[in-house]
Amino acid sequence: MSLATDNANLEGRATVAPVEDEATGLLARWRSLPTWLRWMVFAAIASFVLAAVQTFGTGETDRLTAATASQTMLRWCVPILLAGLGGLFAERAGVVNIGLEGMMILGTWFGAWGAFNWGPWWGLVAGLVGGALGGLLHAIATVGFGVDHIISGVAINILAPGMTRYLAGEVFDDYEGGSITQSPLVEDVGDFTMPVLAGGDIGSWESPDVLGSIMNRDWFFVSDFAGLTRGLMTQLSWFTIIALLLVPLTAYIIWRTRFGLRLRISGEEPSAGESLGVNIYRHKYAGVIISGALAGMAGAFIVIELTGIYREGQTNGRGFIGMAALIFGNWRPGGILGGAMLFAYPLGISLRDISEESAATHALLLVVAIVLFAVMVWSIVRGKKIDAVISGVLAAATAFWYFATDSVPTWLPNNMPYVFVLLVLIFNSQRLRMPRALGLPYRRGGQ
Amino acid sequence: MTGLLRRTVLTVGAPLLAAVFALGLASIVLLISGSNPIEGFGDMLRNGRELETIIDTVNRATPFYISAVAAAIGFRMNLFNIGVEGQYLLAAFFAAAAGGAVDLPPVLHVGLIFVVATSVGAFWSGLAGVLKVTRGVNEVISTIMLNFIALGGLIAWLSRVWVDDVQATNSGTKIIPESGRMPSLNSIVEIFTREIGKGRRLTGVFVVALVIGLLYHVIVNRTRFGFDLRASGSNPFAARAGGVPPRRMIVMAMLLSGATAGMVGMVQVVSDRFKYDQSFIQGLGFAGIAVALLGRNHPGGMMVGALLFGFLDASSGILQLSGSAPREIVVIIQGVILLAAVVAYEVVSRIRDREEARLAAEALAKKQIEVSA
Repeated sequence: MSLATDNANLEGRATVAPVEDEATGLLARWRSLPTWLRWMVFAAIASFVLAAVQTFGTGETDRLTAATASQTMLRWCVPILLAGLGGLFAERAGVVNIGLEGMMILGTWFGAWGAFNWGPWWGLVAGLVGGALGGLLHAIATVGFGVDHIISGVAINILAPGMTRYLAGEVFDDYEGGSITQSPLVEDVGDFTMPVLAGGDIGSWESPDVLGSIMNRDWFFVSDFAGLTRGLMTQLSWFTIIALLLVPLTAYIIWRTRFGLRLRISGEEPSAGESLGVNIYRHKYAGVIISGALAGMAGAFIVIELTGIYREGQTNGRGFIGMAALIFGNWRPGGILGGAMLFAYPLGISLRDISEESAATHALLLVVAIVLFAVMVWSIVRGKKIDAVISGVLAAATAFWYFATDSVPTWLPNNMPYVFVLLVLIFNSQRLRMPRALGLPYRRGGQ
Repeated sequence: MTGLLRRTVLTVGAPLLAAVFALGLASIVLLISGSNPIEGFGDMLRNGRELETIIDTVNRATPFYISAVAAAIGFRMNLFNIGVEGQYLLAAFFAAAAGGAVDLPPVLHVGLIFVVATSVGAFWSGLAGVLKVTRGVNEVISTIMLNFIALGGLIAWLSRVWVDDVQATNSGTKIIPESGRMPSLNSIVEIFTREIGKGRRLTGVFVVALVIGLLYHVIVNRTRFGFDLRASGSNPFAARAGGVPPRRMIVMAMLLSGATAGMVGMVQVVSDRFKYDQSFIQGLGFAGIAVALLGRNHPGGMMVGALLFGFLDASSGILQLSGSAPREIVVIIQGVILLAAVVAYEVVSRIRDREEARLAAEALAKKQIEVSA
């Protein structure tokens, strides 16, 4: 079963990648820019919109561009990012992995177990191994036995919570402060603050805080941008740094190494790879096991860094959000990071937003309305009438919601990721390019 | 004749083997953790013969079965409605709220609750269906997202707005009055058996589940729509060439699946809790997918699967009481049975494919010999 080209199948068209529209002038120049530069521009535009909403739109909050906003966003995006990268390794090898959630759950138990007994770094390793075991199970079922990928994933999502509950009852129940639903407290791995830019220490010398002083100047946009940037450099957990480094590392592995090429051919055109002597089975196994390991690492991160404790049900669907980030990011590492940050931002805002009657979260509605309005304008320019109507109606509805109310319900930020994904799929599913043989069973010799 | 025997053994043998494998694995897990598996399973079996446990099993199997049928409707045409979970919770929430808000004569009241439940379920899955046919959004992704939006969004929000008692921590929707409740089947069962004790009541929704199973069988196997459904599932290209409109089939299947899913929560709404609150049982949607896979989308097979899962659930309480094994072992058994069963089915279908290829080759060879002779 294919995941994104359904519509093409329905139409009876061939399922090739959609033909790119003829890029004209400005658009062509934009596309020729290097990726990192385009991301920087996106980040600047996003900060600008946030700053503008904050300054001109509402005046009710200054939290949208506070350093704490980006700092919390970064912390909360790590599990989503790791799960998304996990999904990437499996799906680039052609195996759909909706068992990410289950593997993440395994990671939380193993992470807490390792961290409690041998310290946080071993917790990370244990979480990795626990998740990898889940990945191995998925690989045996889907690659070894040819079971449908969705089915095996659902089975793992049912099995994993049962297993961790059993294990927690057997192991954590005997620890002091632990029970069948939670572990004792575990330590985190410590953090790092960038010297000079964000005022971190070098040895015993306290360096100046450049961004911090700009942040406090109240210059429109400049101070906002400095604040957001400073948040990304303050009290970074070492664990977060590792996770962020995994993004370029994954990109390098996927695009530049022999293993990556073989992994991709397993997901694009396995029979062609087979004819070149690539062991497709082995690469699919490797992809799915790495996938589980990364999801397990995400679980360990939640335990060690976010909550400091194993608690039943604490993954809270983040495995699925990771999968959403994977689709949002069009099966690319950088895109997954972007998606994870986008999904974590509302969560970060709402977490710090308890005291002010959710003013910041409320202001986010205006941001969403502006973005939807921009989509509408873009759709009109591109001559997509239906898209323009849909986005126009949604923009108007969101704007109405914003102006008609003073606060938003607490459930809204938690649900923004899911709504974002649906919106992206509604407007953009034709442009998404997933691995060609994703979800298809493979048997050596074309059986 | 031997062919038929062989086929039956293969069909029934696979899930049986999976169950034995799961029990074996569970025994090993129990041994490692220091419990005696024979004692644990012995307790389960001994109690399983009690009338009360049987009632309990059927009560738990009923939502599993309805949920399995909902998933199976999609599976028959290769649609993965992962959203049964969100659909039944949303449907149960709205149905319970509606049932608690109105005052109607007995039969009408229950009827209204069911109508609300099926329409809300159908609406929520229909969204995924429409998104699929108009915008090409894959239903696995959209239903997963809709699950979260239903539970964490709509229900979390509306249950604050509609709560019966704002002060209470777990109040939920207004209790449904007597007229909106389904009578239990105890009096009918007691004609044949002794009196049912321990306050157990056999849910009236059991009858609804049987009707759903029958309808599922008739619609899928005996109607034009069912034929189109199966055709689209086994070969969408051939089906389209044969004049089956793929878009309409997808939307119809999603609507039917969602409407069925809407009734999953009814056991709790009209015959057990009479309201929707924080402790409303979740996870029945995913369990239903498991049962559908176990029963191979077959109305009878799913019934066996639902009863098995229901029995395991009912037994977990017994294990808890007797203390012979930790109750969580039950969830592990369910998960392992499911994984082992799908693997076993896959292996069996491969064996069958090879068998068929061999028979075809033999027949061909025989023919060629005849021709040359």
